[in-house]
Amino acid sequence: MNFLEVLYIVVPVALAYATPLIIAALGGIFSERSGVVNIALEGIMVIGAATGIITTLTLTDLGVGASSPWIALLVAMVVGALFSLFLAVPAILWRADQTVLGVAINMLAIGLAIFVVRVLYNKGQTDFIEYRIAKENVPFLSDIPVLKMFFINVQYTSFVAIALAFVVWFVIFKTPFGLRLRSVGEHPMAADTMGINVTKMRFMGVMLSGAFGGLAGAVYAVTVTTNFSGTTIVGQGFLAIAAMIFGKWNPLGALGAGLFFGFAQALSIIGSNLPVINNVPQLLLLIAPYALTILALAGLVGRADAPKSVGIPYIKGKR
Amino acid sequence: MKKLSLNQLLIPFLSIILGLLVGAIVMLIGGYDPVQGFISLFEGMFGSPYAVGETLRAAAPLIFSGLAVAFAFRTGLFNIGVEGQVLIGWVAAVYVGINFDLPMFIHLPLALLAAMVAAAIWAFVPGFLKAKFYVHEVITSIMMNYIALYTTNAILRSVIGVTNERTESINDSASLASPWLQELTTYSRLHWGVLVAVLAAIVYYYILQRTTLGYELRAVGFNKHASQYAGMSVNRNIVLSFVISGMFAGLAGAMEGLGTFGSMTLSASFTGVGFDGIAVALLGANTAIGVILAAILFAGLNIGGLAMQLGANVPSELVKVIIAAIVIFVASGYAINYVVEKLKGNRKKGVEKK
Repeated sequence: MNFLEVLYIVVPVALAYATPLIIAALGGIFSERSGVVNIALEGIMVIGAATGIITTLTLTDLGVGASSPWIALLVAMVVGALFSLFLAVPAILWRADQTVLGVAINMLAIGLAIFVVRVLYNKGQTDFIEYRIAKENVPFLSDIPVLKMFFINVQYTSFVAIALAFVVWFVIFKTPFGLRLRSVGEHPMAADTMGINVTKMRFMGVMLSGAFGGLAGAVYAVTVTTNFSGTTIVGQGFLAIAAMIFGKWNPLGALGAGLFFGFAQALSIIGSNLPVINNVPQLLLLIAPYALTILALAGLVGRADAPKSVGIPYIKGKR
Repeated sequence: MKKLSLNQLLIPFLSIILGLLVGAIVMLIGGYDPVQGFISLFEGMFGSPYAVGETLRAAAPLIFSGLAVAFAFRTGLFNIGVEGQVLIGWVAAVYVGINFDLPMFIHLPLALLAAMVAAAIWAFVPGFLKAKFYVHEVITSIMMNYIALYTTNAILRSVIGVTNERTESINDSASLASPWLQELTTYSRLHWGVLVAVLAAIVYYYILQRTTLGYELRAVGFNKHASQYAGMSVNRNIVLSFVISGMFAGLAGAMEGLGTFGSMTLSASFTGVGFDGIAVALLGANTAIGVILAAILFAGLNIGGLAMQLGANVPSELVKVIIAAIVIFVASGYAINYVVEKLKGNRKKGVEKK
């Protein structure tokens, strides 16, 4: 097996694992840029994954067919946005500690999701879905030598994620909405003085992150695991937070970090079957994303600075 | 000793009631009978000697993880890394428990010490990074959690040589297990750990309230800048707080490794002891006695949840929803206070009108 052939195997798997990471990290950026810490991303992904699978199963029963997982992704976005209100309302209106809320919401999410699954199906996990978002070879592009590694055995959701990264980058850095979002995350009092509604902007930031987190969870469920149980989402949300930080709260940075972390995950999963890579200890691949994020924060691999007011509730009139 | 104001007690109690109410509503929506559900839940918590034994058994690690989180909170730090420190402490305790053959009065303390030291080293990292590079401790300790999860699994596989997913049992001389306590509670898994935990709560109180070190740690928690100005080393205190917090967390792991299980199992996910510790510290208002009571409550809910599933057919996951709701309500103390004040205000107005 030569190097190129190894890439033809690894890259599609890496893309599949990177996709939900990128989407969730983009969600995290919306929330944190508006000044609200989103540790709850993990829990939101759990709700998204459960919604994605339950919706797909229900739609398939109703005879919707192959488009059911795609519709399920949209439903998961809506449910994710609504679920994020558990973070938005106490954090923004009631000045609750955002990190504590995040931990509680992660607990709530897994409890609620499994509870609902038990009520609906009378067991702890769902059946496997009949229609998943399939791995496909992109017409024409998958015939190009070398470059075809990005276009064989790939799910279209991966391209959606990459496109979203550019869209979010544009929204955050090139639109008035993005400027306002960033301003309430950096200096809410100044923004308030200029007539920007801090509460409204933060609500939008958190709910957008809920929508993206829900989508990310659902994408992971309908492309990778194809059922839902208590162990469907274990750490992907926190890995997405790491990708967000490693990407320095920039959507394109998060895209790069997400792809890189997805690559590390892919290698840790299938690396033992591949030459060269099977000599790298699995532990190293597993902990690389987390260790690198710590190093990035410490300024050893390029300094990562958070939005200035992230985590601090805004209290009108308090200096 | 400072006086507890009524409000400080009011918010935890209201939160517990509201949390149980949320549980009742979720049960109703799910089509279950809340009355029957709560009866089997409470019976599973405290209804028999066995239930009490299991609840106290599960409370021991939660008291430790709660103390760990609370200790850091007192210095104004958020140790969300207890989850990982628990695993590290657990693996260290089991390693010493298996590989040494010593008389009990040396072996058991040595195993506990190993858990403390290993977890303290683990907790040193976020503390050091915070003090030296001003990196927010929440993010680093979350990352350290995952590094701990994968590292402990690797240690179990390569160093301890796990076969069949589980280590061999620790030697009796390092075990906290007590046949007497087990017999007393009709053969629950209750062990001496719960006494060690209460002892630790006393040490916690003593360090924070009766020593210069504790005074400094709390001062830094109240106001970093004032403490710096008064000549305290803020950075030293940050690192120390994390290290001591890590020691408590490591002992939480030792409770499982030397008490409940007497071994360690490969795991793809966290135990939840660390995250529950955050709930415990919060509900217990970071006080020693509060942590003990909150740990018993949450441990009881976790244990009672299983009985609820058997007795009333309500999925045990409901307990997680209740605990999460309680935490959200405690965290939203500002809103609860606001409503309570409003209600009081209205009553006063009503009196004036008369």
